[in-house]
Amino acid sequence: MSKSFLVDTTLCTACRGCQVACKQWHDLPAEETVNRGSYQNPEDLSFDTYKLVRMNEEVIGGQLRWLYFPDQCRHCLEPPCEATAGEPSAIFTDPATGAVIYTAVTKELGNIDEVIESCPYNIPRKAEDGTLAKCDMCLDRVQNGLQPACVKTCPTGAMNFGERDDILTLAKNRLAVVKKKHPQATLLDPDDIRVVFLVAYEPQMYYEFAVAANGTFDMTRQVALRRMLKPFTGLISRLL
Amino acid sequence: MTNHWIDIKNSDCILIMGSNAAENHPISFKYVIEAQQNGTTLISVDPRFTRTSSKADLYTALRSGSDIAFLGGMIRYILDNNLYDKDYVALYTNGSFIVDQSFDFKNGLFSGYDANAHKYDKSKWAFEKDKYGVPKMDRSLKNPRCVFQLLKKHYSRYSTKLVSTITGTSEKDLLTVYKTYAATGKTGKAGTIMYAMGWTQHTVGTQNIRTMAIIQLLLGNMGVAGGGVNALRGESNVQGSTDHCLLWHIWPGYLKTPRASDTSLTVYNDKYTPKSNDPQSANWWQNYPKYSVSLLKSFFGENANPGNEFGYSWLPKADDGKVYSWLDLFDEMYNGGIKGFFAWGQNPACSGTNANKTRAALKNLDWMVNTNIFDNETGSFWRGPGMDPATVKTEVFFLPACVSVEKEGSITNSGRWMQWRYQGPKPLGNSLSDGDIILMFGEKLKELYTKDPGVFADPILNLKWDYVTGGVYDPHKVAKEINGYFLQDVTIKGKTYAKGTLVPSFAFLQSDGSTSSANWLYCNSYTEKGNLSARRGQEDAVNKIGLYPQFAWCWPVNRRIIYNRASVDAKGNPWNPDRWVIKWTGEKWVGDVPDGGWPPLVTADGFKNPKTKHAFIMRKHGHAQIFGPGLNDGPFPEHYEPLECPVEKNFMNAQRINPTAPVYGGKADEWATCDPRYPYVGTTYRVVEHWQTGVMTRHQAWLLEMQPQMFVEMSVELGQLKGIKNGERVKVTSPRGEVVATAIVTKRFRPFKVGGGIVHQVGMPWHFGWEFPKSGKEESANLLTPSAGDPNTRIPETKAFMVNIIKI
Repeated sequence: MSKSFLVDTTLCTACRGCQVACKQWHDLPAEETVNRGSYQNPEDLSFDTYKLVRMNEEVIGGQLRWLYFPDQCRHCLEPPCEATAGEPSAIFTDPATGAVIYTAVTKELGNIDEVIESCPYNIPRKAEDGTLAKCDMCLDRVQNGLQPACVKTCPTGAMNFGERDDILTLAKNRLAVVKKKHPQATLLDPDDIRVVFLVAYEPQMYYEFAVAANGTFDMTRQVALRRMLKPFTGLISRLL
Repeated sequence: MTNHWIDIKNSDCILIMGSNAAENHPISFKYVIEAQQNGTTLISVDPRFTRTSSKADLYTALRSGSDIAFLGGMIRYILDNNLYDKDYVALYTNGSFIVDQSFDFKNGLFSGYDANAHKYDKSKWAFEKDKYGVPKMDRSLKNPRCVFQLLKKHYSRYSTKLVSTITGTSEKDLLTVYKTYAATGKTGKAGTIMYAMGWTQHTVGTQNIRTMAIIQLLLGNMGVAGGGVNALRGESNVQGSTDHCLLWHIWPGYLKTPRASDTSLTVYNDKYTPKSNDPQSANWWQNYPKYSVSLLKSFFGENANPGNEFGYSWLPKADDGKVYSWLDLFDEMYNGGIKGFFAWGQNPACSGTNANKTRAALKNLDWMVNTNIFDNETGSFWRGPGMDPATVKTEVFFLPACVSVEKEGSITNSGRWMQWRYQGPKPLGNSLSDGDIILMFGEKLKELYTKDPGVFADPILNLKWDYVTGGVYDPHKVAKEINGYFLQDVTIKGKTYAKGTLVPSFAFLQSDGSTSSANWLYCNSYTEKGNLSARRGQEDAVNKIGLYPQFAWCWPVNRRIIYNRASVDAKGNPWNPDRWVIKWTGEKWVGDVPDGGWPPLVTADGFKNPKTKHAFIMRKHGHAQIFGPGLNDGPFPEHYEPLECPVEKNFMNAQRINPTAPVYGGKADEWATCDPRYPYVGTTYRVVEHWQTGVMTRHQAWLLEMQPQMFVEMSVELGQLKGIKNGERVKVTSPRGEVVATAIVTKRFRPFKVGGGIVHQVGMPWHFGWEFPKSGKEESANLLTPSAGDPNTRIPETKAFMVNIIKI
């Protein structure tokens, strides 16, 4: 059984425990930041920041809303980054969980920028030497029967993790409840990804890349071509 | 908290006002969110739209310092619309008590005011008594001199229109909040208040909370599940430290610090033991001498005996009329009257109001001992901004303390739960637990006083100081001492308790010296059954409302919801049968530990029960106090402006500020009200990313990454007015200091319409200090805050003052 997350933004208080827990578990260094006139910090995801609570003030229907979006890799069912890389030793999907994993080999990919471009959610980030990094679903924790660090630390139930079927059921149930208060509420791309966000308002108000463009995966021809050739590229890499 | 954290989930309506629980008590939102998912309405009232507000079903803003006006308007709304719980008010509150003719209220002053001393003669606020000395009551609440009618009269002035003029909250929003919250007055409904320093840190702090307590009593929300008056404490163990006499005016267990005129133990006990002539009043504090003597026995052991008043004369007495609060201590230090200072687990150079004054005061010391896990702005004040180390004579010693997880012991959380914690890793390096440091300190004092007794060695030499096992501090010995022992064989109700055994509960404590207890409230926490605070039972109580009585232990006697005798009607049937706290079976109470085991007020047949007692057992007359004649600033809360305010006059009455508020008049205490140099209301607060003055969090790179710099939040309108852009550095000034901060120009602050004009408000966190981050440019907001406080508690007014903002 593969795994999935439900990120119920209607329950998120932006305590940012998830953001710190992620850094702590992965032993990631803090970035040098300044206050830019916002609580959101660091400003963006980076090679050292896999989880970021995006915070946005919007007036909706005459009411001020402070929207929180605990951003992270969506662990796509068919990851464009993996297809674009075409190199399983650099980017692969863990068959047991569905976690999309980047390795140190990513720096040797010839098309790093293309891999970054291929992500409909603007997730992968590059080190100076070209190595790519992002959320790894805390695969080491999950393989040992633990929840991802961000889920474990969440006090309100905004972050949920479990078997995909269970999570999708939970997501649908929660959506039905939330819709009573927020008729516009939606689940973001639930059929394509393993990190399903529940939002109460227009997704773009939370974050530009909250949903994949046009709600579908916008594959480049190169990606499509590579996906067609996938068995062969895998073979080639093994031969090399 | 009268209730506890889990109980929040039982509420029908949660009001968060004077606190920002989502940010400062993030785990509380586990229960707030759970309640919301079950249909509870969450109301957030705050000058600024916070992370708490972002989850609220209903948000509105008020100007800092206008809470009594806001809530006073709610009292009037409840009374005007008959939304109060009549049975509850008549049965359990002093709403029915007849007040003496000498009580009056005119021009913003209650009767008995002495303008020279800024004090009231509280004897003018007495109740009328019958021939037996019991307060006269009119349970119909119709007597024009009864508390209920006087309450109506007092708050008749708090019209929504006038309240809106003062608070800056629209009348529409006021009415929406009033209507929503007042709906919990319906029998069986419960509303709760979650408040914190946003209510306490004002010159009317105590009365802010009193106003809400009155609302809760009118709506029948005290003692019930999902109700209560719930103070969210600012640290994990503030409740515990207060219980154990953190404050100058109380001894452990809220006994009184004696005054110089309390010349003997008998005088002392007589003065502080309330006497009731009402046979129906439990008047629990009548047991005062049992608790004070047991405390003295705990201090001095066998050296305390009836012949020497159990060592009463060895303990320090406060001078009559003198106050020794934080504000007063630093004022005294500033004026050169204090020569030595222990700063223990705190950082006054950043945490105290008017921090420039505090920092200057530290220069007058001969010595200071700074006990902390890190150096801080207090220990290093002599090399801080504007200091010339060559001219500072203060000798500073630093004692490295270990962190909480490196020691064994207990904390008591806001819900009064005493929770035992085991030791994790051993202390690092030379650091020691606070217990070890105090223990060694006491041993050294004893050694020095033995060698050279000086003029008064008795208190030190007679001190019982046996908390060592195997050469080190033993937290279990201290915990047992707090609970208390039988010091000789004692027979109570036919059962003999052996000398040396632990006392089962405070009902067994004695005033003859046969028992000890270092804190009567904690008697029952560590008994012959073991350390109850270390329990981790997961089973809920029979009423299934989340009491979990086998998890840890809570004072008093593991009662999870205090005043629970008011959660039932006169026959002992719960107001809400689905969410009951206790109920009478006909023979006994079941559910939570009841507030006294006496039977209900009336029998099942409706006859007065001869063995019953009034529900509020800690009050002398057994009734909750809508009329509170014990406070220094009046029996009913009244709106007064903060010391520094943006309006020329108080629109509610002829007094601008609380006439009894302590205000300090020295050179460093300058203040300015309605002064064009300081046109904006300022307030201070915390963020979830930092803790207190930041000594523990500013060194944590992951936390500093999220909140790296001092900031000041302001409205878009004020930003435009001042030409200040979001993210730009600005200077915030007050008559007492200045702070540089990053401007957050946000829709979350809005200008207020107050008294026909526009008032802007800004807010700042107080987590920073010059020592770290290394830039040295992020400073404490308390450089701006004033030296004024509440007349009852002397907590400083750091939540409402006046500032200016300057572009740099």
